[in-house]
Amino acid sequence: MTPIEEQSPRAAEGRAPDVFRSGGWTPMRCHPDGDTVDFAIVGTGAGGGTLAARLAEMGFSVVAFDAGPFFRPLDDFASDEEAQSQLYWNDERITDGADPIKLGGNNSGKAVGGSTVHFAMVSLRFRPEHFKSRSRLGYGADWPVDWREMWGYYDQVERALSISGPLTYPWGPPRPRYPYRPHPMNACAQTMAVGCDRVGIGWSPMPLATVSAPRGKSPPCVQRGFCRFGCSTNAKQSALTVWIPRALAAGAEIRDLAMVGRVETDASGRATGVHYHRDGAWRFQKARHVVAAGYAIETPRLLLNSASPQHPGGLANSSGLVGRNLMTQPNQGVWGWMADEIRFNKAPPNLCVSEHWNYCDDKDFPGGYTLMSQGPLPQEWAGVQLGARGLWGEALRREMVEYNHQVGIKVVGEGLPSEDNCVTLTDEVDRYGLRIPRVTYGWTPGDKALIEHSLQQMEAVLDAAGATRLFRQTDDTNHLNGTARMGDDPTTSVVDPDGRTWDVPNLWVCDGSIFPTTGGVNPSLTIQAMALRTADRIAAKAARGEL
Amino acid sequence: MADRYPGYDVMAKRDTLSWDDVTRRVIDARLAVVDEPTWLDAAAWRTLVALCHGIMPQPGGTPRAPLAAYVDRALADDRREGYRDARLPPLREAWTRGLAALDTEANAARGTAFADLDRAARDGLIGAMQRGELASAAWGDMPSAVFFADRAAHDIVRAYYAHPRAWSEIGYGGPASQRGYVRLDAGKRDPWEAAEGPGDTAARANARVGRV
Repeated sequence: MTPIEEQSPRAAEGRAPDVFRSGGWTPMRCHPDGDTVDFAIVGTGAGGGTLAARLAEMGFSVVAFDAGPFFRPLDDFASDEEAQSQLYWNDERITDGADPIKLGGNNSGKAVGGSTVHFAMVSLRFRPEHFKSRSRLGYGADWPVDWREMWGYYDQVERALSISGPLTYPWGPPRPRYPYRPHPMNACAQTMAVGCDRVGIGWSPMPLATVSAPRGKSPPCVQRGFCRFGCSTNAKQSALTVWIPRALAAGAEIRDLAMVGRVETDASGRATGVHYHRDGAWRFQKARHVVAAGYAIETPRLLLNSASPQHPGGLANSSGLVGRNLMTQPNQGVWGWMADEIRFNKAPPNLCVSEHWNYCDDKDFPGGYTLMSQGPLPQEWAGVQLGARGLWGEALRREMVEYNHQVGIKVVGEGLPSEDNCVTLTDEVDRYGLRIPRVTYGWTPGDKALIEHSLQQMEAVLDAAGATRLFRQTDDTNHLNGTARMGDDPTTSVVDPDGRTWDVPNLWVCDGSIFPTTGGVNPSLTIQAMALRTADRIAAKAARGEL
Repeated sequence: MADRYPGYDVMAKRDTLSWDDVTRRVIDARLAVVDEPTWLDAAAWRTLVALCHGIMPQPGGTPRAPLAAYVDRALADDRREGYRDARLPPLREAWTRGLAALDTEANAARGTAFADLDRAARDGLIGAMQRGELASAAWGDMPSAVFFADRAAHDIVRAYYAHPRAWSEIGYGGPASQRGYVRLDAGKRDPWEAAEGPGDTAARANARVGRV
């Protein structure tokens, strides 16, 4: 593999990679740096990729930047855990705090399409009350958003991604039928379903963003099980295969291997464009509007690294909250052994879901959580045995031979916001000379109560299903949100209810950073729904002459 | 440890529909890595080889995975993984200091290099590192338990389970592109998956995984 640093940008000179054809190209409208484009978008994942497509389709001129490469899955994605670490944000970040979180492959992406290139495709809606958890449930914070409005945007995303899901979903208000039939549940998912039935909680086949039948240029999923390492067949409906092609077709320009280091502001405090590093040189793209869409670490890092005389504490930071309220989601697990061969590496990794504890309020902890069946590949599984049980040497080899008999369930929990959990800048710099982030994290007492409850529940489900040799994995996390919170008060939030920063009228944030709370489900569907909403808000303002 | 998947060799599938060109390139390159240092000095390399034997022993006749060489190449490329516990120095410094410290500890405890310890003493020292009990000045401010968990064991174990030898050992199907899997129910295997032993039936099935 050629290290990324030695790769050259692919999207240039009027063309971009066609992700659906080996060695293929598709035309791309290109802008000189000196052109003042309507929108410069920093990041091309669930937030930036979606927004780029919609804004371009609305007729705005758009340039979207990604620090990572523009891959063609058919040519570039090996069927291999180790090699596919090429998809992650592998640049150094420092982690500390009472419970330092692991980054890299766990929760980051550095590629056109962002982390959706290797996400597990879990596509769940928030429980409606979770948008108002402070006023309705007594914890967390309220979103300045009405769930009924979000329900409409969820509909749009589910159609855009052709979500494969059950005929009826057991939790929450009615929703339209999922566009595609559900994927069959593998043995690990079936084990979880049996256990859920026996302990008396509901379960469902998981709604997934990988197609169960042909769709456009995407073939149906062939159950390889490498979803979290990049889908080499393009069955997965990621930003790379859905929103980026739409963005290009509508006239957006995508710049790969383009690291944005700073948003420039003028004497009036308005953004004028972005400084970015590409092809060995720093360049400047002029723009009428700038959107930060780098996710919950790179977005605050960019805002903090863009400090200026008008914005000495970093851009959009008059509240002091840029980088604050970082939330990860508890991702603890319980694992067990079955006499039958299970082979949980086959098929997408999370085929069975229970949202029981998102919708049941008879509980002694704040927040909700989802449970889902698991299918780690060998490197990750060895890491579980090492990290959770401390096994190495012969003891590790003996346990690893049981691989095909393992089952497991993990939680995706609603981690609570705390200003002490944050992204700040260190004095260390990266290869671009940019200060690198420090990520500080510790579970709140509420998180700890949720985690313990979920572990007991997962043990009960696996035990009821007949699994033995149960053990807990107590230290894992996933998904990152917060750090540029949305709200309706400029003193307690970074962006307004439209996604525009309070301090800089032509600077927006469109990614998981704006989440006031994480909800008890994986965030990608909500990030995409919010991106569609932001695009509509922008169009409405433009129509009123308020942009 | 008895052979759970008798005769199963995941590499027999290399030229089947379960492997595509990009996967073949990646795995071929991994198997071609030569088991010698390119970045570490001779003393550190000896220590690392011994540490690999302790953390990931590789008995049996199958060719061993060159684990120390994988660690060495990651150091040569300064290949980071996106985060670093604040208690650790950067990758190269952590490994260099950790390996030197293991030698220092071995000398203090047994008067010999880490690489010359007998198996019990070597594994005893690794266990003490895991428990954070090693604290000679050679570690500096790096806690030995964090070095063990985030670097030493983490890097060596991950390297082993990225190797086809390990996949064959645990009956893992390995690469699966473009052909994926069909049979998902408990107790069901596709003909191109490993068959669990014991017995001749499993051995015969495993002899066929590369021919379907």
